[in-house]
Amino acid sequence: MTCPNTNKDRRQFLAGVAATAVLAPGVVLLTAPASARAPGEPATSANRWGLLIDTTLCKSDCTACVGACVKEMGLEGHDRPRTDAQYIRKVTVSDPETGHSHTLPVMCQHCAKAACIEVCPTGASMRRADGIVLVDRHICIGCRYCMMACPYKARSFTHEEQDNQKSYLPRGKGCVEACTLCAHRIDDGREPACVEACVTEGQGAMLFGDLADPASKIAQRVAKEASSRIRADLGLEPAVRYQGI
Amino acid sequence: MMRRLGAIGSLLAAVLVVTVLGSWAAWAADGRPDLPKPKGEQCIDTVDNMRRGHFDMLEHQRSLTLRQGIRGAKVSLKECVACHAAEGADGKPIPVNAPGQFCQSCHAYGAVSIDCFECHATTPKGADASAQR
Amino acid sequence: MIKHEYSELQPMTPSWLALVGVLGVLILAAFGAVWYMEHNGHWVTGMTNQVVWGTPHVFAVFLIVAASGALNVASIGSVFGRELYKPLGRLSGLLALALLAGGLAVLVLDLGRPDRAMVMIAHWNLRSVFSLNVVLYSGMFSLIALYLWTMMDWTMKAYYKPVAVAAFLWRLLLTTGTGSIFGFLIARDGYGSAVMAPEFIAMSFAFGLAVFNLVLLGFYAGSGRPISHALIHRLGSRLGLFVAADLYFVAMQHITSLYWGGRAAFETFILTSGGVYTLLFWVGQIVLGGLIPLWLGFCPRPMERGRVRIASALVILGGLAQMYVLIVGGQAFPLQLFPGMEVSSAFADGQFHAYTPSLPEVVLGLGGFAIALMIVVLGCSFLRFLPVSLDHHGEHITPCGCGPIHHHK
Ligand code: HEC
Ligand code: HEC
Ligand code: HEC
Repeated sequence: MTCPNTNKDRRQFLAGVAATAVLAPGVVLLTAPASARAPGEPATSANRWGLLIDTTLCKSDCTACVGACVKEMGLEGHDRPRTDAQYIRKVTVSDPETGHSHTLPVMCQHCAKAACIEVCPTGASMRRADGIVLVDRHICIGCRYCMMACPYKARSFTHEEQDNQKSYLPRGKGCVEACTLCAHRIDDGREPACVEACVTEGQGAMLFGDLADPASKIAQRVAKEASSRIRADLGLEPAVRYQGI
Repeated sequence: MMRRLGAIGSLLAAVLVVTVLGSWAAWAADGRPDLPKPKGEQCIDTVDNMRRGHFDMLEHQRSLTLRQGIRGAKVSLKECVACHAAEGADGKPIPVNAPGQFCQSCHAYGAVSIDCFECHATTPKGADASAQR
Repeated sequence: MIKHEYSELQPMTPSWLALVGVLGVLILAAFGAVWYMEHNGHWVTGMTNQVVWGTPHVFAVFLIVAASGALNVASIGSVFGRELYKPLGRLSGLLALALLAGGLAVLVLDLGRPDRAMVMIAHWNLRSVFSLNVVLYSGMFSLIALYLWTMMDWTMKAYYKPVAVAAFLWRLLLTTGTGSIFGFLIARDGYGSAVMAPEFIAMSFAFGLAVFNLVLLGFYAGSGRPISHALIHRLGSRLGLFVAADLYFVAMQHITSLYWGGRAAFETFILTSGGVYTLLFWVGQIVLGGLIPLWLGFCPRPMERGRVRIASALVILGGLAQMYVLIVGGQAFPLQLFPGMEVSSAFADGQFHAYTPSLPEVVLGLGGFAIALMIVVLGCSFLRFLPVSLDHHGEHITPCGCGPIHHHK
């Protein structure tokens, strides 16, 4: 098991990395998991964006990822928890037999064989060539069948009118929405907002990268270290992997 | 009697012609009821092409951007808003779909209604100006 | 073949006007409810991000399932050659068409963006069970229309049988498709079972015949047309048979689920501790909608109009309860992200999800029934769907296996 001290050390180390990154732009280039795609170029299947989440580093009282997502995507909501949208949430898992409990962030798992895409009548639920699962809200009719099908409860229905949307994240009444893995940031060569916040404010439990690139840190780690997926038994092949679940 | 009717007839016809021609001229001349001045020197295409085809451009581009991930295309709703949202006296951007603003005034004139701004931000940066893009 | 005479319902009588008026008001109210829900957004309904399908879907799926079953009466007459049922074929077809229209209307009007319903035509995901259902529904409409044509136009007589067989098979496919909407939801413990498809077929037979019985008896009482006791008895006892089949598959569903690793918790929820769902299951679905109609259908005395009416009404109420338990109850039970573990979150993970139907949802659902009935009433008033009499041949036919029929004066 991890001892709190290692965690702290690691945290300071990562904060240090982040600080260096801010100070020296060169470092960002070296560690940046992606580079901005040239204008006019489509996403390609040469990439498979994914996350590796080390739940042993995820602190139960830390919600940096959730807060960052809400801010990035403009999901402030109407203070109605049952109908407001969420893209990422912290789930607490306890073993009833041992009493052990830990937390982990859960968002759209960007499955290769996504149930939502399978059931969507119009093809609004779709996967980009680089594996990011999105809702094309231009043709979403709001039937919510994808929400019935998703095992991860990752999607939300926009239950009421919105204003103050971000220019990079249009959203409005009557369609289904979910985590986009921050496609707008990835296309720009940046990391998802939750990952960034986890590094700077949290424990650095989340790693973003290209699973299809053998040289990437995430691909190397999943090749060497044990990792698993939530409800792997369903065979949906998510792009989000977890350690310590 | 017939003369009276004839006179009324030609009067009506004249009124009709004047209104039609007048509104036609208003439409064809310097454009719609006072469009707020856009930023930049020129639009992404000729004014003529924009007037005639901006909806087809947008509708064509949106799936390319969203589904294929093509960024930085010539046509982008985000960019339309960036140039066409005017600034108020307080320096804050005015939503493009607000009454009298660029997209709205012209559509109101042509009795067109669009649902794009139920979702899309109506000011250049969206919710708050501190947003990164 | 016996030749039957058909005639229109007499329109513009006081009772006709009252019926059409009430249905019209219900339909208008439903559109008002839709406007209210769409204008404000779905947060004003009971539906949430946890329970995403609610009362409108309970009504819509009921109506669609019943539509397929309503056509069964025609099939028994044409495909299986039972003379007693033949004159009922036209009404059966019309009712099926109307129920399908009512159900689909509710489904479409509950969409988040009903204005985009036409998008379905331009954009097509053929792998979706939903799309498959849209194909099945459209085919159903065409086949029933064709079927009605062959029934009502003597020059089309040659096609009557093949079209009847096609409609019969299509109908089984349709209900299988409806059941598969739920059967394919592997992640949810309440669904994702192969029993769903045959269960839906059994349900459709029962719900469809129940609605058919009420409409038939209502129209014949209202317009003073005779129905033979033999027919009434047959309709009532057949309903009992279908209810038995439904009960059988419900038992199958829950028993297989109980023995299916990891689903015991869900079964415990529905069968014992689920509050309103447990109540609706045992009292609504099993006792009122199952056992009582079963007893009414099989008890040795011949069926009377009143008993058929009660049994049919109970089957409809029980059917709505069944849909509610299936659709809403299935979602109220939390998704199992980590089977065997206890989970919690700020987004309602690991807890039973609350759902309270809101008035506009119920009004929309009832509107679906009203649309269906309006279509039937208008159809029967302006075209010849109803036999003038359902009595003159009934005397010669003894229902098989049900003992002699006593005719009352
Ligand atoms: C239900 C919400 C919704 C509605 C309504 C909507 N969009 Fe979008 N639109 C989106 C989302 C979500 C994206 C993806 C944004 C991204 O990834 O940058 C998008 C992206 C786009 C893009 C590409 C990104 C950009 O800014 O250029 C265009 C163009 C676009 N939409 C045009 C339209 C037009 C034109 C309409 C109205 C006819 C419209 N949209 C209506 C949600 C919506
Ligand atoms: C770089 C800034 C810029 C961008 C981006 C831009 N426009 Fe323009 N637009 C202008 C300018 C400047 C004019 C006035 C050009 C002129 O009068 O010669 C104009 C003119 C127009 C006109 C003609 C108005 C008239 O007078 O009739 C239309 C329509 C229009 N734009 C629509 C759009 C749409 C739709 C988009 C997004 C796809 C867009 N514009 C993007 C700057 C921009
Ligand atoms: C010069 C006047 C004019 C201006 C300015 C203008 N529009 Fe339009 N727009 C029209 C007209 C006219 C139509 C209807 C075209 C048709 O249906 O044939 C239209 C249609 C559209 C449509 C398609 C609507 C539909 O449902 O088919 C979209 C989307 C649209 N405009 C977006 C914009 C945006 C965004 C802006 C502001 C950047 C804008 N327009 C500014 C005149 C204008």
